[in-house]
Amino acid sequence: MKFERYGIGIAKGLTVTIRHLLRHPTVNQYPEQRLNISRRFRGNELVWNREKCTGCGTCAKTCPQGAIEIVTSTDMTENKYVVDKYQVDTGYCIQCGLCVEACPYEALYFSHAYECAKYRRGELVQGKEDMLDRPERKVSGYFYPDKAKELPEQTMLVEKVTEKR
Amino acid sequence: MATGELSIYNLVKFQAIPPDWPGGFWWHWLFFTVVVIGFVLTMVMGVIYIERRGMGRMQSRLGPNRTGPFGLLQPVADAIKVLLKENIVPVAADKIVHWLAPVIAFAPALMIFAVIPFENGALLADLNIGILYVVAISSVSTVGIFMAGWGSSNKYSLLGAMRNVAAVVSYEIPLVLAIVGVVLIAGSLSLNQMVVAQDIPFILLQPLGFLLFFTAGCAEINRSPFDLMEADSEIVAGFHTEYSGMKFAMFYLVEYAEAVAISAIITTLFLGGWRGPLLPPWLWFIVKVMLVFFAMVWTRTTLPRIRIDQLMAFAWKFLLPMSLLNLFITALQVLADWPTQLIWAMIIVNFAVMAIIILIWSRFFFRLGWGRIEV
Amino acid sequence: MAVRTEPFVLNMGPVHPSTHGVFRMRATLDGEVVIDIEPVFGYLHRGIEKLAEQRTYTGITPLTDRLDYISSMSNNLAYCLAVEKLAGIKVPERAEYIRVIMAELQRIAALLIAVGAFLNDCGAYFTPFLYMFRERERIVDLFEMVSGQRLTYNYMRAGGVSQDLPEEFMPALRKFMDMMPRFMDEYDRLLMQNEILIARAKGVGILTGEQAINCSVSGPVLRASGVNWDIRKADPYSIYDRFDFDIPTQATGDCYDRYRQRVEEMRQSLRIIRQAMEQLPSGPVRAELPQLIRPPTGEAYARIEAPKGELGFYLVSDNSIAPYRCHIRPPSLINLTALRDMVRGWKVADLIIIFGSIDITVGEIDR
Repeated sequence: MKFERYGIGIAKGLTVTIRHLLRHPTVNQYPEQRLNISRRFRGNELVWNREKCTGCGTCAKTCPQGAIEIVTSTDMTENKYVVDKYQVDTGYCIQCGLCVEACPYEALYFSHAYECAKYRRGELVQGKEDMLDRPERKVSGYFYPDKAKELPEQTMLVEKVTEKR
Repeated sequence: MATGELSIYNLVKFQAIPPDWPGGFWWHWLFFTVVVIGFVLTMVMGVIYIERRGMGRMQSRLGPNRTGPFGLLQPVADAIKVLLKENIVPVAADKIVHWLAPVIAFAPALMIFAVIPFENGALLADLNIGILYVVAISSVSTVGIFMAGWGSSNKYSLLGAMRNVAAVVSYEIPLVLAIVGVVLIAGSLSLNQMVVAQDIPFILLQPLGFLLFFTAGCAEINRSPFDLMEADSEIVAGFHTEYSGMKFAMFYLVEYAEAVAISAIITTLFLGGWRGPLLPPWLWFIVKVMLVFFAMVWTRTTLPRIRIDQLMAFAWKFLLPMSLLNLFITALQVLADWPTQLIWAMIIVNFAVMAIIILIWSRFFFRLGWGRIEV
Repeated sequence: MAVRTEPFVLNMGPVHPSTHGVFRMRATLDGEVVIDIEPVFGYLHRGIEKLAEQRTYTGITPLTDRLDYISSMSNNLAYCLAVEKLAGIKVPERAEYIRVIMAELQRIAALLIAVGAFLNDCGAYFTPFLYMFRERERIVDLFEMVSGQRLTYNYMRAGGVSQDLPEEFMPALRKFMDMMPRFMDEYDRLLMQNEILIARAKGVGILTGEQAINCSVSGPVLRASGVNWDIRKADPYSIYDRFDFDIPTQATGDCYDRYRQRVEEMRQSLRIIRQAMEQLPSGPVRAELPQLIRPPTGEAYARIEAPKGELGFYLVSDNSIAPYRCHIRPPSLINLTALRDMVRGWKVADLIIIFGSIDITVGEIDR
């Protein structure tokens, strides 16, 4: 083996790196600059609509991790289930989205919030009150295209021009 | 050949400041010791900053930019972090050797700067054998590095140290032979005299010598593409795998101090040292050192690493004959007393000679070895 | 006087910068020369095959994401094909096209990582790696747009894909397709002809075609050895028979050829995506299926050409909602069997780049 091209290949590579020196960097400065996440974001938290939920328990059956716990009792006067306990251990959650997909009454969504880190393991368990659908909680458009339209558009690296200065 | 006969190369005679400036010997010694240590430490910080930022931008990212304006304090933050870390010594380590290694590696890196002129005559010791001193001192670091590799009692460290010794022993020869070409033209071994002699930077008169010196210098201080001894993808961190805290900081300092030293020597030998128009001489010197260092960062960013047997083959089969030929041609030119008026012709001739020699040698003679061994 | 030397054992990994995860090699060295090597794995074993026996057919899809976690879409596809074969599900036309687009984008993303990591192992200090991660980022952005996550996509379902593409997907994909060839040319300029890389990788770690077939190697490693075998052509699954693309092969089967092979395959993937984008029909994306699939008793094996090679899922059904047995044929593990033949006699540095050129993911080896 010999240096067949006498350093031409090395010179070519050097031009590529020096050209990158003059280009825009691709990175973002995270806490100051935040990108918009996907409209279909599958995150750590679930949002639960108390009115729509019938307590059928399909979400708990679908969950591959068994992270959803639902306890219902029968309300004989109104002839429906009352959800006594609805609890998701987000520490076990793998964010597969199957529960949201499976819900036949459109009562379960993903939250659009990220940065959900907690200090203690116990805080990861979301109870009924934590999961309630409140107006200030943004809901992800995963499996709900009409909800996705209201969310800001995702920032794409494809849109960002990095080749030119 | 004496300096006087080569007066063509120093048309302007510099009025050298007496070596005992600014007073007695001890004042001179104290002043320049402080200057040298301060220079090395600040330059190391500067080059670390340049390396991390420059490399970051070349890799399409930003590099450190959080500590201080533009991340300028990042080397300081790094230093504080690494100094506060726990000092871990492996149980099986040879304790004394393990402790002594960073010190032995560090001292020579600092000592090189004793003979490097920051300005005309502004240097700690204007030895008349300056470059010989540099060559002698710079290889002592290897002892420290080998001690680190041996004393850690880690196989990665030992492999790294072995590679380093092999590389330094081989690359010392082309390095010295490349220097000899410069010495022939300048007619002096003193680094200050060499700068004084450079009316035209020697990179133009000695292009092949510069290439050889740059390559061999990179290999000597283990910069990419010859960074085999701390090849992180192969042998984790090489000789300093088992070092942490203060001792690791010493090795880190050595690495960059040596890089600064090689850059400073290249500046002095080939780029006209502190000479330049307009700006004050010491600033010219620093700017040139930074430029040379940037070239090293640039190659490090781009090039893959070569293998240990290829490293040796490259030294013995390519750089050594090249440097011998370079020396031969330079000696012929100096003996033939090349006329001053035709100095531009010498530049052209030398560049042509460089191209032809490299082409011919790599076309017909140079072969990298076949790396596989039957087991 | 001959110096008495003895070989020593170097434990590379499980925590080592270039073992691509938690992989361990017990290398016996004579100085720098590798005499023998013994791969040790199991550090990332999560019992996915066993877990799959207790989950519904839909619930296994997120598990497959975690096999080869840098090519989740391909794993999803292989698994869904197996379920569809088992239960006899017909997939809508649009879903097939979406699957092909996703699988080929995933191939580009995974091969970018493979090439980047290989060049990083060669010692090009993170530069090609970061450039290629930048392009992978563009692909991952697209995946995030359709599936909502960036690593474990969980996008495909038995009988189609989970949701239709959002309307802003096609413009973004078109933009990506326009810029990608330029970047690929740039990578070629960066290192393809680099003398040092050629010296390092050419002729190193040769795997002959015969050896490769004997070791049952598949994917780019096999094709770099000159064997023209690609499941997309040899045993077309999904709708790959509708596209016009070539199977590039290389001659010698050394590390450099494997690198070149991967770059060529990326170009072919771009060709396939371009055709699929033109032909993309409208319509439903998911077959009407019950919540819990109960395939009839039987067994099925479906295989695809994953970025690393032949990825197969073998499912046995006992007419319940969970498979009786699920076996995965991971390309990384099978390709790894050729490692010992390739590295013996080379240096430590070559061991690293040969290992890098096989391109393994430990998540898939240990499962």
